[in-house]
Amino acid sequence: MRRAAVLGTGQTHHRTRRTDVSMAGLCREAIDRAMTDSGTDWSQIDAVVLGKAPDLFEGVMMPELFLADAIGAAGKPLLRVHTAGSVGGATAIVATSLIRAGVHRRVLAVAFEKQSESNAMWALSIQPPFTAPIGAGAGGYFAPHIRSYIRRFEAPDHIGAMVAVKDRQNGALNPFAHLRQPDITLDSVRESRMLWDPIRYDETCPSSDGACAVVIGDEAAANASDRQVAWIKATAMRTEPTFYSGKDHVNPRAGVEAANALWTAAGIKDPLDEIDVAEIYVPFSWFEPMWLENLGFVGPGQGWKLTESGETRIGGRLPVNPSGGVLCSNPIGASGLLRFAESAMQVMGRAGEHQVAGAATALGHAYGGGSQFFSMWVVGQQP
Amino acid sequence: MSIAFDYTRSLGPVLSRFMTGLRDGRVLGGRTADGRVHVPPLEFDPLTHEPVTDLVDVSPVGTVISWTWVDQPLEGQPLSRPFAWALIRLDGADTALLHAVDIQDQDQIRTGLRVRAKWSPSRIGHINDIACFEPGSTPGDISDMSPGEPVKIMTTPIRLHYRHTTSDEEDRYLRALADGRLIGQRCPACRKVYVPPRVCPADGVAPGEVVDVADRGTVTTFCVVNVPFAGQRLDPPYVVAQVLLDGADIPIPHLVLGLDAGDVRMGMRVAAVWRDRSEWAATPVNIAHFEPTGEPDAAYESYAEHL
Repeated sequence: MRRAAVLGTGQTHHRTRRTDVSMAGLCREAIDRAMTDSGTDWSQIDAVVLGKAPDLFEGVMMPELFLADAIGAAGKPLLRVHTAGSVGGATAIVATSLIRAGVHRRVLAVAFEKQSESNAMWALSIQPPFTAPIGAGAGGYFAPHIRSYIRRFEAPDHIGAMVAVKDRQNGALNPFAHLRQPDITLDSVRESRMLWDPIRYDETCPSSDGACAVVIGDEAAANASDRQVAWIKATAMRTEPTFYSGKDHVNPRAGVEAANALWTAAGIKDPLDEIDVAEIYVPFSWFEPMWLENLGFVGPGQGWKLTESGETRIGGRLPVNPSGGVLCSNPIGASGLLRFAESAMQVMGRAGEHQVAGAATALGHAYGGGSQFFSMWVVGQQP
Repeated sequence: MSIAFDYTRSLGPVLSRFMTGLRDGRVLGGRTADGRVHVPPLEFDPLTHEPVTDLVDVSPVGTVISWTWVDQPLEGQPLSRPFAWALIRLDGADTALLHAVDIQDQDQIRTGLRVRAKWSPSRIGHINDIACFEPGSTPGDISDMSPGEPVKIMTTPIRLHYRHTTSDEEDRYLRALADGRLIGQRCPACRKVYVPPRVCPADGVAPGEVVDVADRGTVTTFCVVNVPFAGQRLDPPYVVAQVLLDGADIPIPHLVLGLDAGDVRMGMRVAAVWRDRSEWAATPVNIAHFEPTGEPDAAYESYAEHL
């Protein structure tokens, strides 16, 4: 298969409200940084791929229509991608596929969310006609599955708080992060308000405005770059129904199958040994141990032990979310692309203060819907 | 059903100047590198990709380029009587603006007609500050608005009303609810009983045999909702649980009330509390919530595969 590489990345300063910019301006803030980082000129971009989560979040149906000019798609192919929270990952993978198929030489992938234009909690709680009007809110969907994980593997209560402390402290090293909390402690997390028992306030992602962009190029474009690129070793996407009888919400089959396909395609036999850093989609702290198992880094019931051992901190055996992850910045549509971009930044050696020393191979991961869509890639310093 | 929200629009530097201009009774266009003036202005030049910074005044008077007639205006449209939607090129602009033209009769609107902005008496920095257009070749009356701070954000209320047509399975399920019964349907391939009945998500086939299921079951897992949020119907804290009804192979989400939220357990046996029969309709709302039955808890193994 043809090779593809990330030539450069860009992201916005993520905040609760970016009322200083329009949706177009938000996207361009990320795009302009990615163009500079990749040393790419607009004339070199062959196509644009736009990702965004549900249109109900901003109340703009098909925002790609009015954004086409601003995101540089005039006169070029423009594709819109939508796979709920995993959309940022899926957007990067669609752009990669366009390169690998030999259709284009350089593709711009951009994803955004401007949550402050409405209220995501409201938008995610619209009642479908045939379920009882129970009203659990956004975190209420995932909290019972976290409870199931804790029960299944008898995980101790402090694991979720440990992840929150680690990610928020990591976020303090990331100038673009929405939440930067260097002084957070295990006690302060455990004393924070219980929102959706067993999820506490400090164990929950924020609601952010933000965007992310990456420029992906073919082998010739990568070789022409005078900076380190992130070679895309493998990508994988899998889907399963949100609900079906016997669905394992703790360890969803689509995630397992995507990970198996990813490791095989990347030639990775032991991901825990061979992956140097992972950016995993963790909107609620307990999803770190759950996804460590789902991705096959460790076996069932071993995820919380890896987290508890401290090995997922920067400097540990498998640093997870050195950027601070979704727990620090959550512009939903962009959150997946941020994971993919951050993994690329690590192997390009451009992650600044949250750089993991010697990161040569990295994982970017996203999931969306009710643990329905999974997208992931492996990037490396070498092709 | 209705869905409604007052969305906001952060305007950014260019549209902020455009909306502030409307409030002050001016129409601004944006000049792109090729010299063309766009109304409304574009934020980024589609040819050079640079931000547009050159904003110029255009006339509130222009020419109808094309139009269509609206015989029965809809909710939220600028006029409640029949009107024309028109593409209007304002004098000094190179692009057309879509707006309503207030005109008595379809026979009076035509391509080439000269129209002018009819300003709203109170303007706030919103596209509706131009109430509509009307025939005329000189600017219309305009009330003075004391200039204020630049307009940076705009509110756009959105209202959606829709009807859902029920499928055969939904229809059967809702009619059973109206009789105080809960039914499921068995997938002919995997033999699992789905409540509510649906096309099997695993096998993709239409459901078969109709099966009565109990209005009692087991709490598989749950969360305690402590957080208040927009549109909430109960005061927190309360418990939302996954309830595996006896005879069903997939849990339904529902409220578990009638005890302290902290006392709800995985495996707890619960039963539906139906509303008064006089209130029943073809809706899941007939079941108010679930309450503990007092039976011994179900063994973990009995529901572990439904987590």
